[in-house]
Amino acid sequence: MATLEIRDLHVSVGDGAEGAKEILRGVDLTVRAGETHAIMGPNGSGKSTLAYAIAGHPKYTVTSGSVTLDGEDVLAMSVDERARAGLFLAMQYPVEVPGVSVSNFLRSAVTAVRGEAPKLRDFAKEMKGAMDALSIDPAFAQRSLNEGFSGGEKKRHEILQLEMLKPKVAVLDETDSGLDVDALKVVSEGVNRFGSGGDTGVLLITHYTRILRYVKPDFVHVFAAGRVVAAGGPELAEELENEGYEKYVKAGASS
Amino acid sequence: MGLDERPLSTLHEKASYDVADFEVPTGREEEWRFTPLRRLRGLHNGTAEGDGKVIADVEAAPGVTVETVGRDDPRLGRAFVPADRVSAQAWASFAQATVVTVPKETEVAEPTVLRFRGEDAGAAAYGHTTVVVEPFARATVVLAHRGRATYADNVEFVVGDGAALSVISLQDWDDDAVHVSHQHARLGRDARFVSHNVTLGGDLVRLSPSVVYDAPGGDAELYGVYFVDGGQHLEHRLFVDHDRPHCRSRVDYRGALQDADAHAVWIGDVIIRAEAEGTDTYELNRNLVLTDGTRVDSVPNLEILTGEVVGAGHASASGRLDDEHLFYLQARGISLDEARRMVVRGFLGQLVERIEVPEVREKVREAIEAELDR
Repeated sequence: MATLEIRDLHVSVGDGAEGAKEILRGVDLTVRAGETHAIMGPNGSGKSTLAYAIAGHPKYTVTSGSVTLDGEDVLAMSVDERARAGLFLAMQYPVEVPGVSVSNFLRSAVTAVRGEAPKLRDFAKEMKGAMDALSIDPAFAQRSLNEGFSGGEKKRHEILQLEMLKPKVAVLDETDSGLDVDALKVVSEGVNRFGSGGDTGVLLITHYTRILRYVKPDFVHVFAAGRVVAAGGPELAEELENEGYEKYVKAGASS
Repeated sequence: MGLDERPLSTLHEKASYDVADFEVPTGREEEWRFTPLRRLRGLHNGTAEGDGKVIADVEAAPGVTVETVGRDDPRLGRAFVPADRVSAQAWASFAQATVVTVPKETEVAEPTVLRFRGEDAGAAAYGHTTVVVEPFARATVVLAHRGRATYADNVEFVVGDGAALSVISLQDWDDDAVHVSHQHARLGRDARFVSHNVTLGGDLVRLSPSVVYDAPGGDAELYGVYFVDGGQHLEHRLFVDHDRPHCRSRVDYRGALQDADAHAVWIGDVIIRAEAEGTDTYELNRNLVLTDGTRVDSVPNLEILTGEVVGAGHASASGRLDDEHLFYLQARGISLDEARRMVVRGFLGQLVERIEVPEVREKVREAIEAELDR
């Protein structure tokens, strides 16, 4: 059973003249297989930093604490090793990669993560099925990755990758932002399909409660000023919906 | 601000068939300042010993005639007048020329292939090739350069009214080759010309593709892919002279550089003269720097002497591999090395894909893979 454990994680950004700035100030979080965790918080609270630090983005420096996946030290792994170990980050702003087609990219990623190249026919079939499920036009397979895609198309493709790579734990960084309600439903269904087997964990980072109507969290964590300041069940999301982040922002600032 | 009648650039003003009309370059001239003259082995100053061998081997497509002719053939030299000393030297020095003719209204799908093989880099060789596509004919010509050589040549493309010519020129020389080439295209009314230059091998390669229009409606697309390794100097100097109305040109050259003293030069000169109303032009050069120690000189130069253009633009960008690209691919499990290859392949591949001859396209892909393996 997959378990992602984050212990007392401190993360800084930048070095150079202005010096490093601490963004995460001691995060504790455990995501087990079968669980969906929502992390909610105001802008600048460090939600995305958590996502990128887990994935290993070079811009962020872990200054102390630990991240393990099934006991393995994630922080000692390179970015690609983390992905092959079973971590997935759905990006808030997926980059455009000119000249690299969606199908070529997916096949390379699937080959890397599974450790062997899928048969071309099987792969084509699998990709088509996954694209259909997300209402993605098959013509996208031949287009350059994310190039000229709308915001909604990019997010669908992030979920397409999620469903094809089948990680142990998926971190979704504001996958819901910028989506209209139809796209939100399609994307949510994809996340639910991914989580439905019970052997995978989801860490869903969001600014809004809207997506939580479609993806039901088991746990809700409120993030402020670089740490978890409140935790609870789905009822906490309701409270945030009604009352906003104000009291947590104050609490975070004074701690 | 009024529009001048003459372009500020004087780079392309001089023209003569006589070598003596051109001063020996010193390296301070605008047109020579990026080129390491010492490595030209005397092609530029008359000291090159001229008994080197570059052998042409021809595979003509059905319906296309290919002839080997002497210097006095009247079809030679119609598309151009040499505009620099090496071009004039090549014109003065070649012994035999190859003339490719696509007769009027002949449409040929198969490519005509001219293979040039150099056998000796120690002695200079000079060449001349003229491709004539008569009115309403369509053809594809592949020029493949291999081996060891010190070689200067002029290549003429005369594309008749309503005709279409696609040219793919591969510069895949051995490491010690020097090649200075001028490719001159002259386009008739409504003629279409597509050129792909793929430059990978050689110690020093300096190509100067140029386009002139004889009548309105001409359309030129000039593409280039180059991969510069340590110590190589690969230079492409493009010149599109819009002096007729309603013509179009597109230039897109892309290169990758790796290892110490890899040097790419790209010059993109476009002049839209006062009489060239309705011109539509865009030129682009992009360079991907893969390691430290390389150097790129990229100089786009667009002069517009008429207010009535459809479009005129240029862009140049040189940069390292984008860390965000690499992070994204790595975050999907792809190793750093493979991620780098995918990005470079994608960057150059967008132009390679446009090569219409499948076998050539595949060869170019393989050659780029070989570069990535170095």
